[in-house]
Amino acid sequence: MDIRYDVIVIGGGPAGLAAALEANKNGAGRVLILERDKELGGILNQCIHNGFGLHYFKEQLTGPEYAHRFIAMLEGTGIEVKTDTMALAVTPDKRVWAMSTADGYRCFEAGAVILAMGCRERTRGAISIPGERPSGVFTAGAAQRYLNIEGYMVGRRVLILGSGDIGLIMARRLTLEGAKVLAVCELMPYSNGLKRNIAQCLEDYDIPLYLSHTVTDIRGHSRLEGVTVSRVDEKLAPIPGTEMDFECDTLLLSVGLIPENELSRSAGVPIDSRTNGAVVWQDRQTGLDGIFSCGNVLHVHDLVDFVTQESMIAGRAAAEYVKAGGFKVPDASRTVTLLNGSGVSYTVPQKIAFDRAEDSVEVFFRVRTTFGPSEIAVLHGGERLAGFSRPQLLPAEMERITLPKALLKNAAGGDLTIEIRPKDQGASK
Amino acid sequence: MIYDAVIIGAGVTGCAIARELSRMKLSVLLTDRENDVACGATRANSAIIHAGYDPEPGTLMARLNVEGCRLTGEICEKLDVPFKRVGSLVLAFSDEDMKTIRRLYENGVANGVPEIRLIDRDELRRLEPNVSENALGALLAPSAGIIDPWGFAIAMAENAVVNGVEYKLRFKVTSIERETTDSGTLFTVSAENGETVKARYVINAAGVHSGEIAKLGLFGTSDDPGFRIVPSKGQYFILDKTQGRLFSRVMFQCPSAVGKGVLVSPTIHGNLIVGPDAVTTDEPDNTGTTKAALDFVRSAAARTTGKIVYRDNIRNFAGVRPNSDQKDFIIAPSAAEPHFINVAGIKSPGLSSAPAIALEVLKLLENAGLELVRKDDFIETRRVTRFRHMDNEARAKLVAEHPEFGRVICRCETVTEGEIIAALHSPITPVSIDGVKRRCNAGMGRCQGGFCGPRVLELMVRELGISPEDVLKDRDGSWIVRLRDEQV
Repeated sequence: MDIRYDVIVIGGGPAGLAAALEANKNGAGRVLILERDKELGGILNQCIHNGFGLHYFKEQLTGPEYAHRFIAMLEGTGIEVKTDTMALAVTPDKRVWAMSTADGYRCFEAGAVILAMGCRERTRGAISIPGERPSGVFTAGAAQRYLNIEGYMVGRRVLILGSGDIGLIMARRLTLEGAKVLAVCELMPYSNGLKRNIAQCLEDYDIPLYLSHTVTDIRGHSRLEGVTVSRVDEKLAPIPGTEMDFECDTLLLSVGLIPENELSRSAGVPIDSRTNGAVVWQDRQTGLDGIFSCGNVLHVHDLVDFVTQESMIAGRAAAEYVKAGGFKVPDASRTVTLLNGSGVSYTVPQKIAFDRAEDSVEVFFRVRTTFGPSEIAVLHGGERLAGFSRPQLLPAEMERITLPKALLKNAAGGDLTIEIRPKDQGASK
Repeated sequence: MIYDAVIIGAGVTGCAIARELSRMKLSVLLTDRENDVACGATRANSAIIHAGYDPEPGTLMARLNVEGCRLTGEICEKLDVPFKRVGSLVLAFSDEDMKTIRRLYENGVANGVPEIRLIDRDELRRLEPNVSENALGALLAPSAGIIDPWGFAIAMAENAVVNGVEYKLRFKVTSIERETTDSGTLFTVSAENGETVKARYVINAAGVHSGEIAKLGLFGTSDDPGFRIVPSKGQYFILDKTQGRLFSRVMFQCPSAVGKGVLVSPTIHGNLIVGPDAVTTDEPDNTGTTKAALDFVRSAAARTTGKIVYRDNIRNFAGVRPNSDQKDFIIAPSAAEPHFINVAGIKSPGLSSAPAIALEVLKLLENAGLELVRKDDFIETRRVTRFRHMDNEARAKLVAEHPEFGRVICRCETVTEGEIIAALHSPITPVSIDGVKRRCNAGMGRCQGGFCGPRVLELMVRELGISPEDVLKDRDGSWIVRLRDEQV
């Protein structure tokens, strides 16, 4: 068996599929996808609701349908796929150790590696919910897998903590399966889910949403028997005297996602502590030469359509990298570093190299808190180079701005700060 | 069937006793009220093997701790239990603390703790660069170690079972009767579920419930076993492996009246453990955590280092120590019955002392008339396949020969299907996802079983031939899924 590939893609979810297809389309000869599950598609396979593909395909698809569109595109491309295969290590010289029951434990060599491992859910431990540790406390995604893939019910009386999209989707799903969803609680004063999901998953089913509330106790010696929910103050601390008791056998946690970068870290890929993903150039190359990263392993996206779009960038760049026999290290005077200004929690990419950039660079970012009418200001050395107007900015919804190369050149060799200026405040300056 | 001995309580103490007895030509029954072994304090503690400088010289505790610390290394090697002598440091932050560590040093010397010494601030900083600037010096005890405590107990129980010890779980003892027969004293031990067993000797190793069992061992002659169990709860944080290299050694603060203080330590699995506090409780079976206690632990640990990133916390837990109103361990026959041995109040350093406690109990049984004759076919060793600890060559060979080791089920801890199958067919069958976790680490990592839980459930259904509804998370009653109406 030949162990040498032009591009090895780790992960066969939406990110890996789009990256592999795009690498192939752009001239990478031998492309291999390594997928740990038995089927391609990643987490989309358990997302049987619709709403996927509105941006990319301009139509409403379910998760499996969206995945299938890409899986079907593999046909005839010559892209190799190894499912039920786990990548266990990636080295800086682009060797990939992987294992399966069929092929055993082996080492592959790659011209370029694309990291597309996706993300995992934050757990009860990550937010230190006190109380007993009975069964019946699930992350929303784990419950979704039990229900949609394995076909089991996880409980009958359900409380959901966290108004992220998975939590909202599961509120509707469990209701349709005959469970009673008592409430969705959200620590923050705003929801972390898409507006359309609040309407379609909660309001349509009369499920109450308690903003600024969290779970402060969990009861049950064996199976969950009940939880206590308390209101929180501005500092997010529970307020004594506001406790509400819910009798329930199931608690779902939808309290955030974490890019799954253990492979990246062990390879030595520099990680951005704010995204928990790699620090990347605009073409999604990480700090390690020839190793790229895209999709939810790079930063958590709201919509799979954006994952696809980003992964195409990485796939294209990986093919270019292989064809060019590697990228030259960019001269520092021809790069720009993006900084998070007031109100901005992160940007992707974090760095831009002109020589590899197209006419413009799209920058993704998230805001720290909700803003009304605001300007997204792009600054260099205190000077405002550009501004983008928005009626509203929400932490739950990823923002994008497009910076023309001409603008970027004003900051050559230095940095650009992206900051949020609320409109009324901006006027007084 | 009349057993020579029945052990009540399959925590680390009971399991160590079972293993020592399994060397002998005896019929032995190991029992526990829970659905698995190692379900009490054994599975919820600091996971430290103490060197033995804390106990007062001359006490049983001092002798058994130092001896146990040495024996633990030997047993872990024989039974392939994860254990590392990383050493421990007791930090001093004040002149008062400096006096305390000097006193502990003298205790340690008197107790025979090997290679113990006091180190100054410079050496401390060299050994542990992440320690607080405020630490003035420390007591270094190189023989202290970190261990997989439930793995240790399970290994000893399995080894006992392999050597002929029988076990009975879900056996909650409610009464014990004794009668005198031609062949000597005979006990009938009855459980809540109506089951009874007969034995010639009874060993009470019931942890937080050892006081209640000790009362049964008075056979109505009195109501006072001479001691009282005072359960004390301690709470912890377990942090991701990203935090596991903060320290190389177990970092203690100076002990106080309530315990050995809050420690910060790497765990044998590569995580960081922070805790415990110590609060007396009248609910010995409630291992719930509270915000107040966890906040206390955090603020206390901040004295040791300010570098712990609690965002990377993966789990909180609480354990209940079987403390007693006595200064020392209680390892003695019941006042009313020489064939009834109490092994009670096995508080810290109970885990460290367990192997030595077992030898002590065998002496007491022999003194009470139990004949101890060694078997000549005792199987002394056990080997466990742990994929994550193997090098590339060994992995390739293993997977080529046994393809089931080529499928990773728990991605956080890199546990393969082969290891889970081995756990499911081990000498003491696990009945819960947590039971599987305690045997092979699946689900112990950062995602806390979110990804592997459904797959372990599927393997339990397949390998044990049970319904998905009967797969438990942990204790009896902790069901995970229900079949949908159309599947029933």
